[in-house]
Amino acid sequence: MEENKVQPGLFEKGGKFGFLHSTVDAFDTFLRVPGTVTRKGAHVRDSVDLKRVMILVVIALVPSALFGMWNVGYQHNLATGATTGFWGTFFYGFLKVLPLFIVSYLVGLFIEFAGAQIKGEEVNEGYLVSGFLIPLIVPVDTPLWTLAIAVAFAVLFGKEVFGGTGMNFLNPALLTRAFLFFSYPSKMSGSETWISLGKGQMIDGATGATPLSFIGDGFDALTGASVQYGTSFMDFFLGTIPGSVGETSVVAILIGAVILLWTGVASWKIMCSSVIGALLVGWIGNVCGATDIPAYYHLVLGGFAFGTVFMATDPVTSAQTECGKWIYGFLIGALCVTVRLWNPGYPEGMMLAILLMNTFAPLIDYCVTDSAIRRRAKKVKVA
Amino acid sequence: MSNNIKLRRGLDLPIAGAAAQKVGKVVAADIIALKPTDFKGFAPRLLVREGDKVLAGSPVMADKQSAEILLTAPVSGTVAEIVRGEKRKLLEVRIKADETCEYLDFGAHNAAKMSAADVRDLLCKSGLWAGLIQRPYGILANPAAEPKAIFVSAFSTAPLAADTEFTLRDELQNIQAGVDALAKLTKGGVHFSINAATSSSSPFHKVEHVIMHEVSGKHPAGNVGIQIANIDPIQKGETVWTVSLLLLAAIGRLFNTGKVDLRRKVALTGPEAKDPCYVEALPGTPMKAFAGYYDNSKGDVRFISGDVLSGTCVGEDGSLGFFDDQVTFLHEGTEREILGWAKPFRFNQFSATRTYFSWLCPGKKYNMDTNVHGGPRAFVVSDLYNKVLPIDNFFPVYLIKACLAGDIDKMEKFGIYEVLPEDLALCEFIDPSKNDIQEMIQNGIDLMIKEMA
Repeated sequence: MEENKVQPGLFEKGGKFGFLHSTVDAFDTFLRVPGTVTRKGAHVRDSVDLKRVMILVVIALVPSALFGMWNVGYQHNLATGATTGFWGTFFYGFLKVLPLFIVSYLVGLFIEFAGAQIKGEEVNEGYLVSGFLIPLIVPVDTPLWTLAIAVAFAVLFGKEVFGGTGMNFLNPALLTRAFLFFSYPSKMSGSETWISLGKGQMIDGATGATPLSFIGDGFDALTGASVQYGTSFMDFFLGTIPGSVGETSVVAILIGAVILLWTGVASWKIMCSSVIGALLVGWIGNVCGATDIPAYYHLVLGGFAFGTVFMATDPVTSAQTECGKWIYGFLIGALCVTVRLWNPGYPEGMMLAILLMNTFAPLIDYCVTDSAIRRRAKKVKVA
Repeated sequence: MSNNIKLRRGLDLPIAGAAAQKVGKVVAADIIALKPTDFKGFAPRLLVREGDKVLAGSPVMADKQSAEILLTAPVSGTVAEIVRGEKRKLLEVRIKADETCEYLDFGAHNAAKMSAADVRDLLCKSGLWAGLIQRPYGILANPAAEPKAIFVSAFSTAPLAADTEFTLRDELQNIQAGVDALAKLTKGGVHFSINAATSSSSPFHKVEHVIMHEVSGKHPAGNVGIQIANIDPIQKGETVWTVSLLLLAAIGRLFNTGKVDLRRKVALTGPEAKDPCYVEALPGTPMKAFAGYYDNSKGDVRFISGDVLSGTCVGEDGSLGFFDDQVTFLHEGTEREILGWAKPFRFNQFSATRTYFSWLCPGKKYNMDTNVHGGPRAFVVSDLYNKVLPIDNFFPVYLIKACLAGDIDKMEKFGIYEVLPEDLALCEFIDPSKNDIQEMIQNGIDLMIKEMA
């Protein structure tokens, strides 16, 4: 009867390399849709799975990434006076940004795979998106070793300790950036980090500050300060200004937003309410004389657009209830502009606004569900 | 007078293999099975032995807790086999059918002139009491209790479900008699929901002595649980009873003729069904009796008694369930598609989301199979589930998580009393994280029964 005994496959549980089950399974299901059939419950299932959802977010991020690469080269050219063609400009940026992607994915995926391996679970696709987001929200000259440490911290302590994708309450990509910002402030802000200059090519008078750093100084300072890098609303909108790799071009972000909204992957309620929140606080700032920058400028400056479209809408860390999404998004927009206008120390508020609201999202949901259930009970009693 | 209920959220699955409105042959099977597992909350005590003669309507099993609840034979014949599973759990009593079915005579009754106790008695003795389902929990109705009201959904929106307006068109008198009988059992009246889309032509418009509702919407608008939640939600401590239109007609038939006659028109449906249509059959008819309507020569057909969302996988050796008037034949989707999730187009796959392009061809019917299309994950996409659950102020993911955590207080708060697994079946269908949501809810309900007993 010996020959009838079914041997477990090489990589199946109980097989020779069974301990690599999760890793092999991840690559296997990456290449081919699993052949598993429904065991209980609904006998047929929708063809959508998390791989599909995640890949759509990555596709939506591609325009921002491509523009970001070109812009890195473009800013370099402006700062150094170099002239290269379109492809040369792009290629310069590509070479600068590629290591960020490699480090982000290598470190993050290694931890994800190791975690899945230890728990004996399937590898979750969540990091496909996080790993793509991280290079886009850091300054291009971020030292790779700091990025590696930050990614490791965010994936381990922001996600894995809570149980992996779906269980985390903070956006891992933003946590990476927050970690960099607080641990290595000198490498993350100021005027030296935003433009890739290359060695020994510093030119007198070249300042790499983002326009956002002048936001506290009023409209004239904002539009007049970095003459070299773009001063008009159109420059901010197109994204030909210094900034984190993927955050500058509102056009590219809007393309991504269209993809996300069209496929229904991201919540339009969060995007919409975040914009409303920002405009409202921006308008209040105008009315009470705190600033003379028109409210709509806030939508195109800094990380607001990128955060609203790709970060705030993260379904895991945002509010889960429909009403909660309106509140959550609104507060993100409002907080972001509040920090920009009334905080003298730090010009950008998007990262902290989203992280703060991440921590408040469960509370918002609690209030929303609680009041909805109470209203429902009251209605039943009346009827 | 009728109340209009418009449900806006939901999803009609575009699955191929709807039954044509024609009745094929009468499927008379040799062996008819009676399965106590069809009845939730029923603990069987056998009343027959192998070799015993039974008539249609003779008691076969009694409930251990309330001995007056009986299951009776759907057909006359000889008890051929008693099938037991693990730990001697009683799975089936197989009855070899006589050539002509003989019925135990309960005598025709006019329900309007009977007392509630007499109605209850007759229903219990005939075995049709087991057709009444109590909510919350979806278990057998307790004969000693009085429900707040009784709810009947006169139509089903489940995928490829039998069209009751076709199958029960000529049973109006029986349905009326059934309504009159059940009306005796509650002071809250019988709520009767008909399909608003076809209400003008619906034969059920004429049913009297009911509180009529016209319900419109996609699936699960036809689910009685969804209707209750939109008519008069169940609160803690309340119970309501539900009965399917199919069994309501059978109850009426008992009162009109004195016979337990469970014959029904069964829809043979699904992508693997050959010439999908209706046949007349008894509950407990083995799947093999439907040979000719399917081709399982490759052994890759799944046999479902019921619909694809909440039906039971019974296998080729299984049989039609007591409550079911539909059989679905599905292809077992074990094929592995290369890079399926990354393809921009998958023309033969349906998705309710816009992540694929199936929304561009709204009229298309799909040959769906049983492939899961992904691996199990934690809940990630949070705003999807409510789109297919037309109950206001209801939070499915919160309820599911409460069930997973076994948190009774939270389960109560998030409405465990109002739903059965079938009501969240669509949530399970669209879930990109591929959780077995119906099982999770059922586990939660089982825990509630245990803790609240």
